[in-house]
Amino acid sequence: MTGARSDILLAVQAALQSPPLLEARNLERRFGAARALRGLSLSVQAGECHLIVGPNGAGKTTLLRLLAGLARPTAGTVVIEGGRRRIGLLSHQSQLYNELTAVENLAFAARLHGVADPARAARTCLTAVGLAERADDPVGKLSRGMVQRVAIAKALLHAPRLLLLDEPFTGLDLQATEQTLALLGAERAAGRALVLVTHDAQEAWDLATHAHLLVRGVWAFGGPREASLEHFLRRCREALRG
Amino acid sequence: MTDALVFPARRIVRRGLVLIVLGLLGLVLVYVLALRFTPTERFQGLPQKIFYVHVPAAWCALLAFSLVGIASILYLWLRDPRLDLFAESAAEVGLVFSVVMLTTGPLWGKPVWNTWWTWDARLTFTLILFFLFVGYRALRGAIQDPGERARFSAVVGILGLVLVPFVHLTVYLFRTLHPQPIVLKPSAPSLPWEMLRTLLSSLGVFTVLLLGFLLTRYGLAAEARLAGGDDAR
Amino acid sequence: MAEFLRVALAVAGKDVRVELRSKTALVSAIAFAALVLVIFNFARDAAAVSREMLAPSVLWITFSFSGVIALNRSFSLERENAALDGLLLAPVSRSALFLGKYLANLAFVFSVETVALPLFVLFFGVDLSGSLGGIILTAILATTGFVAVGTVFAAMTARTRFAELMLPLLVLPFLLPPVISAVQVTARLLAGRPLSEIAGWLRILGFYDLVFVTLCLLLFPPLMDE
Repeated sequence: MTGARSDILLAVQAALQSPPLLEARNLERRFGAARALRGLSLSVQAGECHLIVGPNGAGKTTLLRLLAGLARPTAGTVVIEGGRRRIGLLSHQSQLYNELTAVENLAFAARLHGVADPARAARTCLTAVGLAERADDPVGKLSRGMVQRVAIAKALLHAPRLLLLDEPFTGLDLQATEQTLALLGAERAAGRALVLVTHDAQEAWDLATHAHLLVRGVWAFGGPREASLEHFLRRCREALRG
Repeated sequence: MTDALVFPARRIVRRGLVLIVLGLLGLVLVYVLALRFTPTERFQGLPQKIFYVHVPAAWCALLAFSLVGIASILYLWLRDPRLDLFAESAAEVGLVFSVVMLTTGPLWGKPVWNTWWTWDARLTFTLILFFLFVGYRALRGAIQDPGERARFSAVVGILGLVLVPFVHLTVYLFRTLHPQPIVLKPSAPSLPWEMLRTLLSSLGVFTVLLLGFLLTRYGLAAEARLAGGDDAR
Repeated sequence: MAEFLRVALAVAGKDVRVELRSKTALVSAIAFAALVLVIFNFARDAAAVSREMLAPSVLWITFSFSGVIALNRSFSLERENAALDGLLLAPVSRSALFLGKYLANLAFVFSVETVALPLFVLFFGVDLSGSLGGIILTAILATTGFVAVGTVFAAMTARTRFAELMLPLLVLPFLLPPVISAVQVTARLLAGRPLSEIAGWLRILGFYDLVFVTLCLLLFPPLMDE
């Protein structure tokens, strides 16, 4: 066999053998008669980035919270390879304490996650996102873009295999968005899996390997990402009209 | 799949209404019994007859409260929304009965002892129940998400149920240290047979009314939920 | 078990550190306690009611009301940036999270009481020699109980619109048994009554603590379980 074909074959074999990082089956979330989510399944492998788009109220945040283990599904299962320790969550809120410094915030998170030498791990992560000089500033004094970077550092602190992101670009200016995309791209290249919820497909399009549309609690369509953003948006518009 | 709430909602409302009608008829009979066929208490006179409404109302308030507590425990265990609806209904009905008890108290106290309010054990206890009911409803009204509302109310219901014996104990001990005129009694054992008979009849009728109101309220709320739209209570 | 405590202490430490940075809640609660004491001094008919008669009630109303005020901040700081999600995501027991919050709240309320007690002695001219130990013990017992319940309710009311109003509304009925007991004990201590008269009330306080701290530890995980 030629070199390229054997590479492809090996990659396919590897993908077939390794269990998905996240396997969600038939997730349902309801209370009484009101149903938020129905029959949702999702399978995420290492190195993939799944984009989930949908109108407001579609249930995107609920889905993410189910995947993160913050909420219990009424039916269905979520299996995370390696257990829930493998998850990092990044939302549009920072999950940080404004009165504490960046280092203190991260050291606390490290302690909760059982990371060895919390203080050092905190500084290392902050350096990795380029905030070494601001590490000892209270988070309340940092700009929104910097806060986002601290939040990313916190999400990555315990070396999660899977990153769940809920509207991570909200409130970020152009530069901060670029930085965030770069960081996420690096994580994906390093083999982490990403599930990214957004109402704007355009922002994270380049990052995505798969794209799904959620409408009123069910998948309208989804799968490996197509080449053209325009085509995808057109399919979304059609689905929403129907 | 139609919801488990659907099938009996109408039927429950109907059964509840039947019980209410029966209860109200029973109430009329009890009034006749109390006014005509029960001796008037020598010392207190006619106002004493409020006792036959006052005591059963307190009993129903406590019973309703216990139902809230039990439904709360079951809800946290089984997470069935119907249990939450049941607890909500029981709390509302219990609130009504506690208000009845708290208003008949002064109506009784003023003509007989010339005082609108006393801190006797039963009144104080029911007053606390009243505040717990109010707090329960207030919390429910302040939370939009139905799952969260059910969960939080259940915890309040359980904590409240456990609180009740402590309140009873400390208020009772407090009162034995600060005895006040023996008001709003007579206690059951020393009641003559005719009075006891009327009291027990009234107790039974009130319980029927409680169940009637409870079922009707539950059924109506279940229907409303199904009609889509979640009525935040 | 060690892990459980480690997490609880980490959370408690974090809470204390956050509060020490801003100090607003602590200072407000202490100021509130002082003001309540001042108002009590004027809100009585000096000719009809002596200070000694009123003292136990005043002390306990001050302690419990300022305690409730101090509890409000407990979960409002977790809501600010959805920090609570961060806590819930961590692979730690939710009861441990509760214990941490509870310990931090105890620290706050005890701090408020530590300032309020000397102020009380000052304003009300009460002689605490001989009864100080007993009063401190009573304060510890009573506070332990109501802070547990208050922490659970703070978690619930933090998400509501009128949290500052909802929390007292829900908590005050739960204050009744500890406050009744504590006032009885305090009155007897100040009057120099023998221990035998006090023991029963102290037992009630202890039993209340045991029941409610355990119950709150058990109820917190299902409470947080969305």
